Amino acid sequence: MHSYALVVLTLIPLVASIGVFLLKNEQGRLAKFISLFVSLVVLAYVVVLTVRFDTGATAPRFQYQGSWTWIKGFGVHFALGVDGIALVLVLMAVVLVPAVMLASWTSFDSRSGAEEEPTGRRRSVKNFFALMLLLEFFMIGVFVATDVFLFYVFFEAMLVPMYFIIGSFGGPRRQYAAMKFFLYSLVGGLLMLASVIGLYITTGSQTFAISDLIGKVPEGATQKWLFLGFFIAFAIKAPLVPFHTWLPDAGAEAPAGGAALLVGVLDKVGTFGFLRYCLPLFPQASTYFAPFILILSVIGILYAAFLAIGQRDMKRLVAYTSVAHFGFIGLGIFAFTTQGGTGAVLYMVNHGLSTGALFIVVGLLIARGKSRNVNDYGGAAKVTPILAGLFLLAGLSALALPGMSTFVSEFLVLVGTFTRHKGLAILATTGIVLAAIYVLYLYQRTFQGKLTEKVAKFRDANPREILAVAPLIAIIVFLGVYPKPLLDVINPAVRYTLHDVHQTDPAPKLGPLAGGNK
Amino acid sequence: MSAGTLAASTITTPSVAYHGLMPIFIVLGAALLGVLVEAVVPRRERFNTQVAVTILGLAGALVTVVLLRHTRLATPSPAGNDPSFAGSIAVDGVGLFLQGTILVLAVMATLLVAERTVDAGSPIVASAAVVVGSPTDRALARSKRVQTEVFPLLLFAVAGMMIFPVANNLLLMFVALEVLSLPLYLMAGMSRRKRLLSQEASLKYFLLGAFGSAFFLYGLALLYGYANSVDLAQIFAAQKSSGQSDVLLYLGLGLLLVGLLFKASLAPFHSWTPDVYTGSPTPVAAFMASCTKVAAFGALLRVLYVGFAGTATDWRPIIWAVAIASMVVGAVFGITQTDVKRVLAYSSIAHAGFILVAFVAVSKVSVSSVLFYLLTYGVTTLAAFGLVTLVRDADGEATHLSQWSGLARKSPVLAATMTILLLSMAGIPLTSGFIAKFYVFSAAWHTAGPLVVIALILSAVAAFYYLRIVVLMFFAEPPENAPTVSIPGATSTIALTLGVVVTVALGVFPQPVVDLATKAVSLVAR
Repeated sequence: MHSYALVVLTLIPLVASIGVFLLKNEQGRLAKFISLFVSLVVLAYVVVLTVRFDTGATAPRFQYQGSWTWIKGFGVHFALGVDGIALVLVLMAVVLVPAVMLASWTSFDSRSGAEEEPTGRRRSVKNFFALMLLLEFFMIGVFVATDVFLFYVFFEAMLVPMYFIIGSFGGPRRQYAAMKFFLYSLVGGLLMLASVIGLYITTGSQTFAISDLIGKVPEGATQKWLFLGFFIAFAIKAPLVPFHTWLPDAGAEAPAGGAALLVGVLDKVGTFGFLRYCLPLFPQASTYFAPFILILSVIGILYAAFLAIGQRDMKRLVAYTSVAHFGFIGLGIFAFTTQGGTGAVLYMVNHGLSTGALFIVVGLLIARGKSRNVNDYGGAAKVTPILAGLFLLAGLSALALPGMSTFVSEFLVLVGTFTRHKGLAILATTGIVLAAIYVLYLYQRTFQGKLTEKVAKFRDANPREILAVAPLIAIIVFLGVYPKPLLDVINPAVRYTLHDVHQTDPAPKLGPLAGGNK
Repeated sequence: MSAGTLAASTITTPSVAYHGLMPIFIVLGAALLGVLVEAVVPRRERFNTQVAVTILGLAGALVTVVLLRHTRLATPSPAGNDPSFAGSIAVDGVGLFLQGTILVLAVMATLLVAERTVDAGSPIVASAAVVVGSPTDRALARSKRVQTEVFPLLLFAVAGMMIFPVANNLLLMFVALEVLSLPLYLMAGMSRRKRLLSQEASLKYFLLGAFGSAFFLYGLALLYGYANSVDLAQIFAAQKSSGQSDVLLYLGLGLLLVGLLFKASLAPFHSWTPDVYTGSPTPVAAFMASCTKVAAFGALLRVLYVGFAGTATDWRPIIWAVAIASMVVGAVFGITQTDVKRVLAYSSIAHAGFILVAFVAVSKVSVSSVLFYLLTYGVTTLAAFGLVTLVRDADGEATHLSQWSGLARKSPVLAATMTILLLSMAGIPLTSGFIAKFYVFSAAWHTAGPLVVIALILSAVAAFYYLRIVVLMFFAEPPENAPTVSIPGATSTIALTLGVVVTVALGVFPQPVVDLATKAVSLVAR
């Protein structure tokens, strides 16, 4: 049975994107409305898919599956399907897109409206929105592909719209940042291509379908090499320390909306790749390399947090916080426990929403002050109370305050890690303290303190801007109180994945106090 | 073999399978017709007549290639007891696929050469012999007079290129090499603008090309000494039975390879490429970068896979070294270039290296992947050169990279088209370049895994300069005296559209051509 549900899902943004590209430059307003409408349609569509997703005990791992021969000579299929992990990530992506569109509504309307460079050249509004839709197409595609070759195609092609979003609509050093972003990802991608080819040849299965490749890779040195190809690509994408240096540049130079999608969604492809490809395809190598990756993750958590504290550039700061958060996700994935895995997936969703919100709010602030430098602000809360509130809420969700969904995921990751690696879990926990420092310190320097003359002229958030951010925060709070619906979707998929790596949760060691009554 | 045999026996003519040679004959016939046209047709109508003769000739040959697609033979059959030239020309899958590729690319190149709206007259100088800077020269530069000998020259070159990859006989291969090279040397010197540069390119190409041919000939002689034959099948057989010293064999093969690698512009025999591509009229550079490369790789394929298939372990290290050298030279040196045509030249060197990677695996897949790569690379490169002709300032083409800054604002269509082609060269998915790279590297993975990894890393390096052009076009501010973007005439538009459409189509739906290349894997010896 081939379901067309996901094909339709991917086609909607693609067709709309082409349509918007074909509009005239003067039709920017029309382009905005079409794009927003389409992104909302996609959101509604994914919500329906999520509601109808079977989470029962006997439910198949991949649902809404469809597979059609694409390149027969190479055994490549246009194969789509979602498991719980992919589904929640798609959901997160399509929630972010309309929010980003709303937030960027007037960013490129006029010279004065641009986030920075008030004298900069006028940029094509419709191109921005068309690129957003094109990016949405690739983002959905990369999560729903169940064929390694198809995944690779989406993985690489996704770079192109993001490259143009950074390069055409970004800040003063956009050329450098766009180039750096593209080349880093391309190097990773090409190493992965070597592994993809290797996978195809060594398994000899004449197919790229992920379900046919699981368990086929011979153990030993080959598996380790192939694993490294995938791992480095994903580690650059995610990014894990020490492959992270492109992210602060790209995140800082991209327009705020682009940065929200870049860090919120694109980077998740890396961590998603760990779960979907590295672990199931190369179980032995994953176990072999796990200790190194865990250590890298912890280093990333602490190192990036310290860097974030020291940043004056607001967007760079947010980018560094993300590097720290990706450390947590890496920790959760390679701890090989259900809590850790589930926590990591939930973390991906939450991080996408909270960092997306944070980037958008920072972007709104920058659009008012025309500067990314923290020192140019101060006391803004007095004139822009609503913006300050949104900023604080987004920030608190980034530091995983209890009551926010980020707390749930961070807690799960730490618990999941603790059962196997106590020392690492304890070290990672200090990252939470550092998170509180960088978030609150940023808030304090921008919104509190002495009101400067420039800041006094800021206008508060208008309804459109509130509408862009408030839903994201509402979801974060809702999931913080009641994460069960999402966890129900994620859990079976994580269990399948751990089964592929031949890992089971360690049996709890019951101490004399806890286990006394049995 | 000996002279006595001929004299003693009655002369029996070899039986030639003429139908198998039809494509070559049609092109040669069209070339000769072109020479006649030059003499007979009045000047006013000469240009259009020449274009028509060229296109029709190439198209006719293409049709016969398609009709011959199932033919597998080697011709001529031996005459009497003299087998010297038996099976000199192979009509087989690989040969026909390459001939078809060359013809398609030649049609596109002709359409670019026939462009008359962009530059007054045509991209070809009206009288190549006039001294540069003389009063006559200045007058000619302003006049609309055109020169049409370039079309028959192009046809002769195409004929040579069509024989080159189907020659089973090294002597015939040498003749083909000369037939394809001589017109190219002339055409390189025919640029309408920057004539001194063009003449320098022509001379350089000629001198170095002559050296290359001499090496080829020397290698041929040594191989004859080894195998007592210039026939590839005989040479192959001799490697099993010959009592001659292996030094002759390896020295001969080495020298032969020098000649072939030179034509395919592979490092370390690449140094002419950037200068010649830069100096030549851009449509001619497009022709050289695509068609010559296809022909040269076809010949290389035949020599190595027919003549030396048995000793693959011996020549594989050479291929490794040359492939790595080409990729490194093409990728690294390309970064420092500041001229679009030079960038494309270095890109062509890098791509030659990528193609060579597949040669190490002597297998069916490696042959079909090379065929596929040559087609996609040729189409993309040709279209890229074609686009270069459109960006102009007062001195003709504006090829300095700084002049390409901000081009997207002047002509979004040109910039978008160029971007697609450059992304294809960089091997980004959904373009033909990606599929071709995937094909070639998956063919080589089993035999040469490390080489594939090196190739992939170097393709990331090469991506830098492709992306730099994209960055310049889209993200940079245009300079003060920015060049204009000409609207191409009908012929160029067809060629450029075809180039981009094929580049995208083969990236999204490559299956038909992959099938074609797979079916074409057959090499007929004698």
